[in-house]
Amino acid sequence: MTEQLKDGYQWPHRHLLGLEELSAQDIRFLLTTALGFEGVSTRSVKKVPALRGRVVVNLFFEDSTRTRASFHLAASRLSADVLEMAGKGSSVSKGETLIDTARNIEAMGVDVIVCRHHHSGAAAQLAGAVGCSVVNAGDGQHEHPTQGLLDMLTIAKRTGRTDGFDFAGLTVAIVGDIAHSRVARSNIYGLKKLGAHVILVGPSTLLPGAFADLDCELSHNLDEVLPRVDVLNMLRIQFERISGQAFPSVREYVTRFGLTAARLARAKPDVLVMHPGPMNRGVEIDSAVADGPNSAILEQVANGLCVRMAALFLVNGVQG
Amino acid sequence: MRVLADSDRLQGLIDSLCGGIDRVITSKTTQNDTSEGWALVGVRSRGDVLAQRIAEKLGPDRFDGRVGTLDITLYRDDLSEIGPHPVVRTTEIDFPIDGLNIVLVDDVLMTGRSVKAALQSLMDLGRPRRVWLCVLVDRGGRELPIAPDFVGFDLSAGSAAALSPGEQVQVMLTPTDDRDAVMVFTQNEQEGANLD
Repeated sequence: MTEQLKDGYQWPHRHLLGLEELSAQDIRFLLTTALGFEGVSTRSVKKVPALRGRVVVNLFFEDSTRTRASFHLAASRLSADVLEMAGKGSSVSKGETLIDTARNIEAMGVDVIVCRHHHSGAAAQLAGAVGCSVVNAGDGQHEHPTQGLLDMLTIAKRTGRTDGFDFAGLTVAIVGDIAHSRVARSNIYGLKKLGAHVILVGPSTLLPGAFADLDCELSHNLDEVLPRVDVLNMLRIQFERISGQAFPSVREYVTRFGLTAARLARAKPDVLVMHPGPMNRGVEIDSAVADGPNSAILEQVANGLCVRMAALFLVNGVQG
Repeated sequence: MRVLADSDRLQGLIDSLCGGIDRVITSKTTQNDTSEGWALVGVRSRGDVLAQRIAEKLGPDRFDGRVGTLDITLYRDDLSEIGPHPVVRTTEIDFPIDGLNIVLVDDVLMTGRSVKAALQSLMDLGRPRRVWLCVLVDRGGRELPIAPDFVGFDLSAGSAAALSPGEQVQVMLTPTDDRDAVMVFTQNEQEGANLD
């Protein structure tokens, strides 16, 4: 608390909707807080009483395994009660709107709604309609802020930058289906704010030129940028979101953008390989790479827990 | 504001704490309790500095290198009342605490709520054999049944240097602060920044 008063910083956000709205200082504060939660997951009693008596609702309108589990576990480790709600099989399938569903849940005395929805902007709309905190767990093609944050925590830990979370001099390539990826957007906003150089790589059908407006370098040739990058974030090809034909064949995509062992050998020897999961093994990433020494994929999952604990803890402390 | 202890006096207080701890450890180990291990755990964000100073003075062998830091932010019972969030930092106890004698170190003891939080936090890390409480300043004003085992400076009601109710104690310790001192503020001088 004394440190906080010294530089006058206070976490100001009641909701976590995206990294676009956060300042560099907000991001650094959240990641530093996440580091403080690391020990909780490794000791014998994996629980702290920080959110005892609070209620967190997982409201998921879209399939999810690790994000849902990660939020559930994060809330449990803070001693909050967790209510699991799914879009399917709930009254939403009887025609209730998102806002009505949320208001009804809120009426049960809820403190945080963690929301995943297939429409971009759903979390922001929810935040405007309810009195409790809202944490965006992915909204359409817009943002997935906790994924962006856990990616940055992983990068900071593996490159020894956890002191000030200063990413100046770091080059990060985000490869694959940029157009449909909320993970890419959250990463871009966050990484740029921490000072990293971001290269977006993908076929032109999945990498619209408009992304250059986000102050990123664009490339359609992975082999060309490969020797320059410190971090490779391989995105999943979202077959379910791609309508029509984005590339001639999966095989052609693999040939040009798949991260194979042979391709990895041409990158810097200590290049960090990440993937938000779930992986299409053999498509955007080969098993040998995903399970190899450069891969931080399982660390990402572990870091996700700390980041989500920090997010739930911080939004809970800001009164409406 | 008035200064209750300058740097020389404060070093004297730390020395007396060290003497007290040293005597207890010695008496315990001469009672054929050589199997007992000791550890020093400081509570952020002044207790950790104090613990380091005590460890330096007594020598790391006294605790077999077991000196740790406890962050109690997540265990505080006033999280929802203090509004803006305090900074969560890491607990750094890299040794198993089961079966150890743990000397818990804090700078100022007042309500006892920080100590309660620290005890709760310690118990979640394992099962120590016994926890001892060492504080540089006992300010008095307890709200929980907690009593220190080692006290440097007694300012509680009834002591020779008892404070008046509105006064707040602040401990400054190098290297975190620029000097060593124990100071007293009246409430008007300092807007409630000092929590226990």
